[in-house]
Amino acid sequence: MNFQMADLQLLAPHIVVLATALLVLLAEAFCKGERKGYLAYLGIAGIVVAALLTPRLFGPQRLGFSGMLAGDGFAAFFYFILYAVGILTLLVSQNYLRDERFEHGEYYALVLLALVGMMLMAGATHLMVVFLALETMSIAIYALAGYFRTERSVEASLKYFILGGFASGFLLYGIALIYGACGTTQIYDVMAYFKALPALTSSPMALAGIGLLTVGFGFKVAAVPFHAWTPDVYQGAPTSVTAFMATGVKAAAFSAFLRVFVVAFQGTHVEWSGVLWVLALLTMTLGNLTAIAQTDVKRMLAYSSIAHAGYLLVGLVVGTPEASSAMMVYLLAYAFMNIGAFACVIMVGRYGQENTSLDAYAGIGFRFPALGLAMAVFMFSMAGIPPTAGFIGKFLIFKAAVHEGYYWLTILGVLNSAASVYYYLRVIITMYFKPSPDEPAVDGLRVGPSAALATVLAGVGVLYLGIIPGGIIKLAEQAVRFMG
Amino acid sequence: MIPLEYSLTLSAVLFTLGVIGVLVRRNVIVLLMCVELMLNAVNLSFVALSDHLNSAEGLLYVFFVMTVAAAEASVGLAIVVSLVRARNTVYADEVDLLKG
Repeated sequence: MNFQMADLQLLAPHIVVLATALLVLLAEAFCKGERKGYLAYLGIAGIVVAALLTPRLFGPQRLGFSGMLAGDGFAAFFYFILYAVGILTLLVSQNYLRDERFEHGEYYALVLLALVGMMLMAGATHLMVVFLALETMSIAIYALAGYFRTERSVEASLKYFILGGFASGFLLYGIALIYGACGTTQIYDVMAYFKALPALTSSPMALAGIGLLTVGFGFKVAAVPFHAWTPDVYQGAPTSVTAFMATGVKAAAFSAFLRVFVVAFQGTHVEWSGVLWVLALLTMTLGNLTAIAQTDVKRMLAYSSIAHAGYLLVGLVVGTPEASSAMMVYLLAYAFMNIGAFACVIMVGRYGQENTSLDAYAGIGFRFPALGLAMAVFMFSMAGIPPTAGFIGKFLIFKAAVHEGYYWLTILGVLNSAASVYYYLRVIITMYFKPSPDEPAVDGLRVGPSAALATVLAGVGVLYLGIIPGGIIKLAEQAVRFMG
Repeated sequence: MIPLEYSLTLSAVLFTLGVIGVLVRRNVIVLLMCVELMLNAVNLSFVALSDHLNSAEGLLYVFFVMTVAAAEASVGLAIVVSLVRARNTVYADEVDLLKG
């Protein structure tokens, strides 16, 4: 174990976000009533400072802290996805919390603490650091899910907590078995060990370890059959937290999933890709088919997030650098479109009445044209219709799958994507073509400057990635090259 | 000297008990204990493997896991307290507002 000052450079963004979280907690004590909304801007300022420190990491891989944390393009790209998630979440939350009479500084601090955990997951090159980062993120999110202390919010929190703890147990057991099989848990050492000892690929201990890690990560990314918690938790949690969970946790979990499986276990790709092939297909199909039957928009978006995890798993099954960079672009696109959609869901609700049933959306497209337009853009993007970000993401993933000869998985994926158009377009049809009832459930929008800004930013992100994705795709490809 | 297989088997048995507990029990506090049992079963594996591999790393991990388990328990109990306040129950199967 040796430690150099240069290592701190790799950790600088995390330290800044962590310090901001503590500062927010401190500032809360001096903030009276109405002014607590400013704490969100303090958090955003911290994330911006961290973002300014991040481009330095974009380059060839440097390992620090005895090989536990990487500063490379891969981590830096994910940091930027997470910054986008963090900033949009804080912007969306501010107005929502005030309206729900739950504006406290802890909320913003917990979001930032979860963000630190997510960033550590993206940078971790050591299985134990992956575990600790995952727990840092999860524990903050358990608290966030139960933040409203209403019956539904507490129920969501409880379900997420029990199943999250259950999943971490599997993940940790997997780490222990990999430690037993390889004698190390550093990701690049594990890779080298598998390369040096091909016999290890048939060792029951190593295979059981990989299997348990699959279960652990499967829970976190909400892959079928480990998805049972997702709809309940997403529906019950405060909507801003749902947006944060659906995008941030997914991005962080997939970053660690990618680095562990594509790098450390590349020698056993044949073994695990078969299992993940089945998981990917199940996840896409079940997510989409169940989403079709939903009448609650929040719950529908939960099932849609399961389906999106399925498309992302296709990229993991392929496991080439091309597929990894496609997943990164997809996760960025998903962050924009999903937070945008949840921002619209928040605006439709009002205090004590969330209005998340699809019927409440009847006719609001014409009564609130800006909201209708934004929701339509996000729904088109989720369905993968050009010229939106969602299309580019799906296109890149399926392109990578075809290049590696996964024709069946691609065909089934595209069919799934076509089926998903039904329930996304249903929202748009309800908004524009269903007459609004005489006494509409939605008589005004819950919108403030910050929420409007978040929606506009997310919309611009979706369209930018959809129309001129070249620069971002190139950046993702470079980032993967530095992953090692 | 206890053979490695014995400790690993014991750890696997304890882990399985934890998993079964989470799946079949209804009391939220017992569920919490079962999750802790799973983590501590893994700790046993870490200690046994660290001894077998002659590396101190595994022992260090145990401390990390214990810290995580403590943090999890504190948040978990806080969630249970707010559950009792909101619903006046500690039974998981009575917590069923969200369905569909």
